[in-house]
Amino acid sequence: MKSIPEIQQEIVEEFEMFDDWMQRYEYMIELGKSLPLIDEKYKTEEYIIKGCQSKVWVHADLNDDKIEFTADSDAIITKGIIAILIRSFSGQPPQEILDADTSFIDKIGLKEHLSPTRANGLVSMIKQIKLYAIAYQAQADSKS
Amino acid sequence: MASVDTSLQFDVEKIRADFPILKRKVNDKPLVYFDNAATSQTPQAVIDVIVDYYSRYNANIHRGVHALSQEATDAYEQARIKIQKHFNIPKPYQTLFTAGTTHGINIVASGFASILKAEDEVIVSALEHHSNIVPWQMLCEKTGAELKVIPMLENGTLDMHAFEALLSDQTKLVFVNHVSNALGTVNPIEEIIEKTHKVGGAVLVDGAQAAPHIKADVQALDVDFYVVSAHKMCGPTGVGMLYGKEEWLEKLPPYQGGGEMIDQVTFEKTTYAGLPHKFEAGTPNICGGIAFGAALDYMNGIGFDQIAAYEHELLEYATAQLKTIEGLRIYGDTLNKTAVISFNIEGIHPYDMGTILDKLGIAVRTGHHCAQPIMDFYKIPGTVRASFAFYNTKEEIDILVAGVERARNMLV
Repeated sequence: MKSIPEIQQEIVEEFEMFDDWMQRYEYMIELGKSLPLIDEKYKTEEYIIKGCQSKVWVHADLNDDKIEFTADSDAIITKGIIAILIRSFSGQPPQEILDADTSFIDKIGLKEHLSPTRANGLVSMIKQIKLYAIAYQAQADSKS
Repeated sequence: MASVDTSLQFDVEKIRADFPILKRKVNDKPLVYFDNAATSQTPQAVIDVIVDYYSRYNANIHRGVHALSQEATDAYEQARIKIQKHFNIPKPYQTLFTAGTTHGINIVASGFASILKAEDEVIVSALEHHSNIVPWQMLCEKTGAELKVIPMLENGTLDMHAFEALLSDQTKLVFVNHVSNALGTVNPIEEIIEKTHKVGGAVLVDGAQAAPHIKADVQALDVDFYVVSAHKMCGPTGVGMLYGKEEWLEKLPPYQGGGEMIDQVTFEKTTYAGLPHKFEAGTPNICGGIAFGAALDYMNGIGFDQIAAYEHELLEYATAQLKTIEGLRIYGDTLNKTAVISFNIEGIHPYDMGTILDKLGIAVRTGHHCAQPIMDFYKIPGTVRASFAFYNTKEEIDILVAGVERARNMLV
C-alpha cells in the first residue's frame, strides 16, 4: 500500500498535467462527482461541519487498524477537494494520518480553498480527520 | 456587445478613470467588481484626502491648542456638516460619527435597554441583516421585551398587512432596513414610520444599503434614527453616521465611557458632555470622518439622480440578460429595488459559482449575506449576489453573463 506522501506526490503529478485553472477545476469537479458518498445515515447534524459558505459531512470507521473516511458536501468544488483529501488519508493507519500535512494542496493550486477565512468547512474537515486519527490512535494505545 | 448609452448625463468612462482599483487585473483578467453592496470602491479624490490628512495635519481633535489639532478639528467638523446637509439633518450635533452602521445600531439598542420594559414590544423585519437583528435580540433578552417579526412575501417584499397587525400601543420600536442587503428590495419605510408613530413607537432605519443609491431626507421621512456606513458610498471603512431626533439623543444614555464624552469628572460624579460628544467617546476615526465628507462631495458632484437612473439601467439590462440563462432564478422579484441581483442556478451551489467567477476576474458575493432568515425562507443555502455601482458598465455585465454561462457548463 502506498504511503500518504506517495499518494500526495501522485496527486501533484496528476495536476501538473493541466495547463490552466480551467482544466484543474474541471478535473476537480469530476472528482467531486465521483466521490463515494457518505452513508445517508451519517448526513446528520452530528457529523456536519458548518462553514459559512458550504457544508461538509465527514465520518470515519476503523478497519484492520486503518481509518476509512467517507464525506460529502453540498458544493461540488468543495466535494472535489474532499475527494483529494480522502484519497490522501483514507485507508491509512492513525499515526500516519497524524504525521501527515496538507501542503500538497498548495502545490496543486488550490491553496485558497484551504484558507481559514474561506469558511467552506474544509479547514474544519482536516481538523476533524486529525481528531478521528487521535481518537483511534488513543484506542489502539489503550489496547496494546 | 452592448455599448454604453450615450444619452446618459455622465460619462461612465470618465468616472471609471477616477477609480484606480478598476484598472487592476485579477487572475490575469480585468477586474469586474460587482460586490458593491459589500463595499464600494474609492475614488482618487477620496484617497487624496486620506493621504493629505496624514501628510499635512494628522493630529488629535477637540483638545489641542496647536495649529495641526485645530486644522484637523475644523476638517472633521466640516465633514460632519457635509453629512448633516446631505441627509438634511436639522443640526450638526444630531449627526453622530460612528464606526459604521453596526456601531450606530448598537448605540441605539444599548440606549433603549434602560428605557424598555418587559411588557413592551419591538418589531424587526424579516429582511434584515444580522447586524439589525442580533442587537435587538440582545436588547429583548436584557429587558424582557418581546421581539416580533414582519414576515416577507415570496417576491422579497414585506408583508405590510402582517405589519399592521403587529402594531399596538405596546410597540416601542421598529427596526427596518431602507434597502435589503441580500435582495435589494426598497422597503416602504415612509409607511412604516407613519404607522409606527400613530401607535407611539419609534423607528430606526438601517440605511447602509440605501445610502449609495438614494439620498435620504431624514426630516421628510420623519424617521427617529437613521444609520449608514461610509464604505458603501465611496468612503473608507470603519466610519459611519447615526442620526437621531434630538429628544431621543437627549434621552438615551451614553454608549461608552471615556475621553471626549465628559463634561466634569470627579470620583464622586461625572457629568456627560452635550451632543454629539456624549456618544463620541475616545479619539474617533478622524481621517475616516474627513474622507467620508469627501466621498459625499464626490457622489454629489455626480448627482444621486443621475446615479440612480444609470444604475437602474444597469439593473434592467443585467436582469434581462441573466434571465436568458437556463435554470437561473432571481430572488427578490420586485420592481422597486436597487441595483442588486441575487440569484441561483438550479443544481449549482452559490459557492461553486462564486469560485469560478472569481477565476474569471469577476467579484460577486456568495453565501447567506448575513441574512440567514431570508435564505431559510427560500430554503436555499445562499445566493450569488451581483451588486452594481455607477462606475460599472454594460460591457462588464456581458462579462458576468458569459462567466455565469461558462460556470454553468462546467458545474452542471
